[in-house]
Formats: sequence, structure tokens, C-alpha cells
Amino acid sequence: MNTVFGIHGGIHPPEEKALSNPGTILDAGIPPTLVLPLSQHIGKPSNLEVGVGEHVLGGQLLAAADGLVSVPLHAPTSGTVTAIEPRPVPHPSGMENICLELSCDGRAQWLDTSGFANWTEEKPEVLVEAIRAAGIAGMGGAGFPTAVKLLAPQRAPMHTLIINGTECEPYITADDTLMQVEAACIVEGAEILAHILGVERILFGVEDNKPAALAAMKAAADGAGRPCEVMAFPTKYPSGGEKQLIEILTGKQVPTGGLPADLGIVCQNPGTAVAVRDAICDGKPLTDRLVTLTGRALARPGNYRVRLGTPIEYLLQVAGFEPKENRRLIHGGPMMGFALESSSVPVVKTTNCILVPTEQELPTPPPAQACIRCGLCAEACPASLLPQQLYWYARARDQEQLERHHLSDCIECGACSWVCPSHIPLVQYYRAAKGMIADSKAEKVRSDRSRGRFEARQERLEHETAAREAQRAARRAAAQKKAAEGGAEDPVAAAIARAKAKKEAAANESDPS
Amino acid sequence: MSFLRITSPHGHGPMTTTQVMQMVLLATLPGVAALTWFFGPGTLINIAFGGALALACEYLVLRLRNREPTPYLKDYSVLVTSTLLCIALPPYAPWWLVMTGILAAVILGKHVFGGLGYNPFNPAMVGYVVLLISFPLQMSSWQAPRGLGDMPGLSEALTALFLPATYDGVTMATPLDLLRQNKGLLMEDLYQQTPQFGQWAGVGWEWVNIAFLAGGLWLIYRGIFTWHAPLAMLVMLGLCAAIGFDSGSSESGGSPLLHWLSGATMFGAFFIITDPVSGATSNRGRLLFGALVGILLYLIRVHGNYPDAVAFAVLILNFAAPFIDQYTQPTTYGHRPIKEDDE
Ligand code: SF4
Ligand code: SF4
Repeated sequence: MNTVFGIHGGIHPPEEKALSNPGTILDAGIPPTLVLPLSQHIGKPSNLEVGVGEHVLGGQLLAAADGLVSVPLHAPTSGTVTAIEPRPVPHPSGMENICLELSCDGRAQWLDTSGFANWTEEKPEVLVEAIRAAGIAGMGGAGFPTAVKLLAPQRAPMHTLIINGTECEPYITADDTLMQVEAACIVEGAEILAHILGVERILFGVEDNKPAALAAMKAAADGAGRPCEVMAFPTKYPSGGEKQLIEILTGKQVPTGGLPADLGIVCQNPGTAVAVRDAICDGKPLTDRLVTLTGRALARPGNYRVRLGTPIEYLLQVAGFEPKENRRLIHGGPMMGFALESSSVPVVKTTNCILVPTEQELPTPPPAQACIRCGLCAEACPASLLPQQLYWYARARDQEQLERHHLSDCIECGACSWVCPSHIPLVQYYRAAKGMIADSKAEKVRSDRSRGRFEARQERLEHETAAREAQRAARRAAAQKKAAEGGAEDPVAAAIARAKAKKEAAANESDPS
Repeated sequence: MSFLRITSPHGHGPMTTTQVMQMVLLATLPGVAALTWFFGPGTLINIAFGGALALACEYLVLRLRNREPTPYLKDYSVLVTSTLLCIALPPYAPWWLVMTGILAAVILGKHVFGGLGYNPFNPAMVGYVVLLISFPLQMSSWQAPRGLGDMPGLSEALTALFLPATYDGVTMATPLDLLRQNKGLLMEDLYQQTPQFGQWAGVGWEWVNIAFLAGGLWLIYRGIFTWHAPLAMLVMLGLCAAIGFDSGSSESGGSPLLHWLSGATMFGAFFIITDPVSGATSNRGRLLFGALVGILLYLIRVHGNYPDAVAFAVLILNFAAPFIDQYTQPTTYGHRPIKEDDE
């Protein structure tokens, strides 16, 4: 029962976990202003609940969700709304979004909230609605709304909930810390999720480089009301990829193009489990999260409790940033995080780590050399791809071969780039190639659609022309017939006859028979 | 303030291409030492002379191709090519032989196709085969091993290289030559009547092969290449030899041990067919590639007319590598056929 399975590939980069002192939570404090992105879409959202100049309390609803794959937004503390305008947000492209700026009053006055006294007696739909209303989105990966994931049982029955405490990215210790400090909340949150999903068992996956977290989780899981298993497995990057973890814990692979739900499995992050517990038991919306501030350019690295919307430059001050030794600011971990151009962007729900390395720590990569086809990348790839072939075809823009070599199954973990002795930024090529394929697919859909439209219009026009022709021909025929019948007819008599015929026709039409 | 925008991953592993090449060079040391011990300093002289030529040639070609030569020279790849070729050449070869081989390897084998990473054939083997076809006589005269003939010294080695007309070394047929020429002797008698055969597979040769095996195992241990191609080649070669051994009759193709430890077997298995550029891409592909090299090697050795067959076998399979790749793509995550199971 307790066996774990191996996965292909993987690497062992320096872990650097001790740097951020896992197990202790520090408070980042309340910054003077918070910047809260309203939605994923550019454009003024119609669902604002407050206006500029309005005073709000902590936990108050600022914007309602617009549509299914969207989450509402709540005030992380009390203060006054001072602006609603586009601001840069954390995104690899450096894009802007409509953000709400909140000037904090520092008094941290909160709305009174209360949760369900006994959630075990509530219907899953009611709990899912509460989770949606609390604005909870996945706190590990892409930030997908948790409530949407919880609709999985509507398609097929689920049997396993996996709480992904792997945290295989070097440097990051936010989940490790959460597991050490709030194990009981994680287990309770997981039980709520299990209740909603109707699953029989809960698996907690934790890498064996976190003994303290493992011990805390085991102790907490012992008191749980349903089968809970805390499973330790060997440390290796990227074991925490959702697909990889599922293979490690169950020996099964998520079919390509599919979801874990196809196997009857739902994965959640420990942070999400705690947020769910807080929402259900205390009625508290998601307004803060744990962020690992780390890297050797910081004097005080650690795991900080950060209000959502806190500008990263404020956090850098809190953690004692020394700018001179540093050239990079990374949102996320060293393997999959993206570099930020500016520190003025805010912390969002998916910000698990801000990494501020020195140049010695993570040097700027040297220029890429030729691919020597050594195959080290293929040995490292957790998806059993052939990265060197993908690189070759990405450069040749050979879409057919890229698809034949399963580019879409690349999880962009970066293991291949990490080992490549020629320092080729492989993942960068794959992202570009994926973008190219997506573009050409969209283009194809567009052109299919417009071809469809064109054809339909063509058909309609032809129909209309044919109909007009037919009418004209009929009229011509009638005129000829008439001419043949009566020779030169009196036009007045003819007009009278026409009017009579019309009247008769109208009478016939209104006749029910 | 503004920060550098670099895409993930932000860290990098410890290995560089230069180091990979350096390790390959380092791993040839035991084999080269054994060659030097049993056949004198000829191979060393070849390697030094060939290396200098190769660097100069690479520099000029890069200049002609309008590339800045320094970064390319620093990757050591041309030294690997020249060293491998010079190990394969007979010691005490004349300068023009070495030079022709190097030029063929660097220009025909590599740059004609666009340089490192683009060459469909193993450059060292291209050089070798060009020489074998053009100068079969010089390519098949091999110095007699220590104990069976006089060992040339350093000055004689230099004479052989630069003033070949005045050099007169002691050459001797290798065990593989003898085996091919054998008409009518039982294997047992062949071993007894010809001193070249030594204990297992030829005086000197057996130790040279063991030394290359050691260097190759070290490279596998260091993760420079995988075990697939070498193992498959050695297994298939052994299998073929076992089938063709014919209980040591006068028709025998030689024992597996003879084939494993003579000629360029181990050198080929660990230093030639493991060349990643011209070999197969996936591990499955490497198994197939190695196995086919093993079979071809045996067939050419026993039925062909050349002193050894590693080069031909490898070049022929370089042709086949793209096809092997087509059919040996690994199963990507999530593409495993779904089986009905428990749960
Ligand atoms: S690791 Fe780099 S050099 Fe080696 S095969 Fe892969 S892409 Fe080419
Ligand atoms: S980034 Fe893609 S190709 Fe590279 S190792 Fe990860 S999954 Fe494989």
C-alpha cells in the first residue's frame, strides 16, 4: 500500500532550502498601499462592488466573480480605494491589468465573519459555493479557481484526493513551512475537500527532504476521520509536477491531453487546503498567503505571511534587499519561475516565492553552444521526450515533427535546459514553438470559420440570384402569355382585373379552410 | 529599478560541453598508455601531430566560414575527433597519411555538413575510411608488439613520421589478419603456432582493449553516455562469434573472447559508436544501433577484406541512424496504452 513508484528522468539541483529557514512564519506587515489585480482580462470589469474614494474593511467584497473561471476579490485589510487603473502585474510578458489600489489605514479593521458550525452536515454544493465566494484559487501552479476543480465529480466519480506537498523546486519552503506549522489545518481542509469530492482516500505526497513536515503531517493525519496516508518519496526535481506526483503515488499516468480527474484523482496544494478550511470553518476569504523570500541578495530571507496585493518592492525592503549584488528578480522558483523586469508588481495568489539571487549564486548564462546531441536532456526529461529532437524541429519550425514528438506533453519543467552542457535555453524554444502551433491552429480555425462564412454567403447569394431569376422568368412568361392571349389590351381594364384578383387572393388567404 | 529578463530555468547544472569533451579525452588515457607500452611511442606522436594539425585546420575553416574561431576551438571537439582518429591509425604512419586523415575528418566529416552537431557521420571514422580506401597498404601495416619485435624509440618515431622513406620498422600481422588468412588450422593450433595470439586475443591487443574498456566504463559512470550502445554491440558481437566459433574448427570465425579483446572492439564500443551526434538518439535506438554495429563488425571481420571493420560498420549505421530514430521514439508520459487494472 505504501509503495511509491519511480518516474523517468529528473535532476538534483542544489536544494538551497535551508536558506529560507523553513518552519518559521514571519509577518511582512501592512504596506502603505496594496495593488489588487481585478481579473485576468484587460478592460474595465463590470463587476466592481466599490468605487474610488470608498472606505472598505478587511474581508469586504471588492469585485464579484464574472463568469465561471473567475474568482471574487476581497480587501486584505481596511483602507480607502484610491485608484482603479491598469498596472503591471506579475506575468512573464510584463503585461498590465486593471488593478484596484487600496491605501491601507493600518488599523486592520475586519468585517465579522463566521463559517459553518459543522461542515460535515452541509451539502457539497453549498460548500463549493462558499469556496467560490471566498475567492480561492490554486496556490501552487496556474491559479485555477478551486471551486471549478471541485466540480469534477459531476463528470465522473472521484476516488482519491492528493495534497501535493512535494515542493520540489529548489529554494522554496512555503509549503514545507505550512506543513510544519499548520498541519492540522491542512488535514482539516483536505477532509473538507474529500467530503465535497466524495473520495475514499486522501494521499499527502511529501519529498523525503522535509523530515519535520513529514512528521507533523503524519501526526495530524492520524487524527483524521477518513483514510489518510502521508507518503514520503525520494527527492528529485520535478516530482511535484502534478502528473509526475500522480505517477509516483499511484503508478498511473494521466493520459495525454487529459486531466487527473480522468483517473478519478484531484490534486490540491497544502496552501489551498488551508484556505478552504479558513473559508468553511471561519468564513474567511483568501486575502493573504505564505511567500518564501529568498536568495543571497536578501539579508533576512524567510517565509513571510503576505497580504495579497503587497508590492514586491515593499517585500524586498522588509527582507533587506542589497541591490548591488543582484541582477535578477524571479517570481517563483529557479526552475520554473519567471524573471520580473520591475519590482513594482504586486503579490498575487500564485506568488509562492520571490527569489533574489546574487550573480554568483545564479550566474547569467553564457552564450549557447552547438547541440552535441549528448542526450543528457533526454535522460533528464520527466515526460520521456527527446528534447534534442524537439529543439531541432523547433528551430526548423517543423510543426508536423513537433507534434509527432509530442511537444504538447512538455511540462516546461526546465530539467533539459538545466543539464544541457551547451547551455541551450531549450525551454525557451519550446514555449515559442508551442505559441507558434497555437497561433497557427487559431489561424486555421479563423480561416475555416471565415471560409465557412464565405461559403454560406456565397450560397445565400446564389440562392437569392436564382430566386430573382426565377421570378423574373415567371413574370416574363406571364407577360408573354398575356400578350399572346389578348393582344393589345386596355391597360386600365388590366389594372382593374389585377386589383380584383389581389382582393380575391387576400380573401382566400384569410379563409381558414 | 530594472532587472534582467531571462527565461527559466534560472540555474544550470555543473556540466559544460567543454568538460564533456575533456572527459572523453581523459578517458582515452589508459588505452593510449597501453598502446604506447605495447607498440611504442608511435600513437602518442600521431596524437600530438594530428591534434596540432586539427586545431590549425579547424581555425582556418572557421575563418573561411566567417565564424569567430575561439569559442569553437574551446569546445575541444576537434581535439576529440583528431585524437580518436590518431588512436585508430597505425603507429609510425607517415606525416602525409596523418594529414590526409585529419583533413578528411575535419573538413569532409564535419564542416561540409555545417560543423559540430550537424555531421551525420562520425568524423574520425570518415577520416579513417578515406585513408583505408586510398592507402590500404600503409593502413594495414601494424608495428609488432613488445616482446615480438624491436620497440622503436622516440627518435625513430619522429623519423617514421617526417622522413618515412628512411624508416624501416618491424611490422607483423595482427591476430585478426591471421584469423582471416587461416586456412586449415584448428583454432587451438593457430594459437599455439603463432606467437601473436598471446593469452586470449593477441599480445598487446588484449590489454589495449581492456584499457579502453576501463576508460569507457568510467565515462558511463560519469554519465557522459549511456550503456545502451556499447553493451548491445558487445553482446551481439559475442553472440555472432559464439555462433560462428564452430567449436574451434579450421573454419572457425574466432571465439567471442578473441573478438571482444582484439582490434578496435573496445575502442569502437566506447569511443566511436557512442558519438552522440552521428548515432541514434533514444536509448532504444542506441540498443538497436549498437546491436547492428556488432553484427556488421563480425561479418566484415570474418568475411571482408579489411584489417578491422569498426569504421565501416559505424559509417554504414550512421546512414541508418535517422531511420532508427523514426522507429525508436520513447513512449512519452501519458502515451502508454491504458491497461485495465485493479481499482
Ligand atoms: S543536452 Fe543539450 S547538447 Fe545535449 S543533446 Fe540535449 S540539447 Fe543537445
Ligand atoms: S522542459 Fe519539457 S522537454 Fe525539457 S525536460 Fe521538462 S518536460 Fe522534458
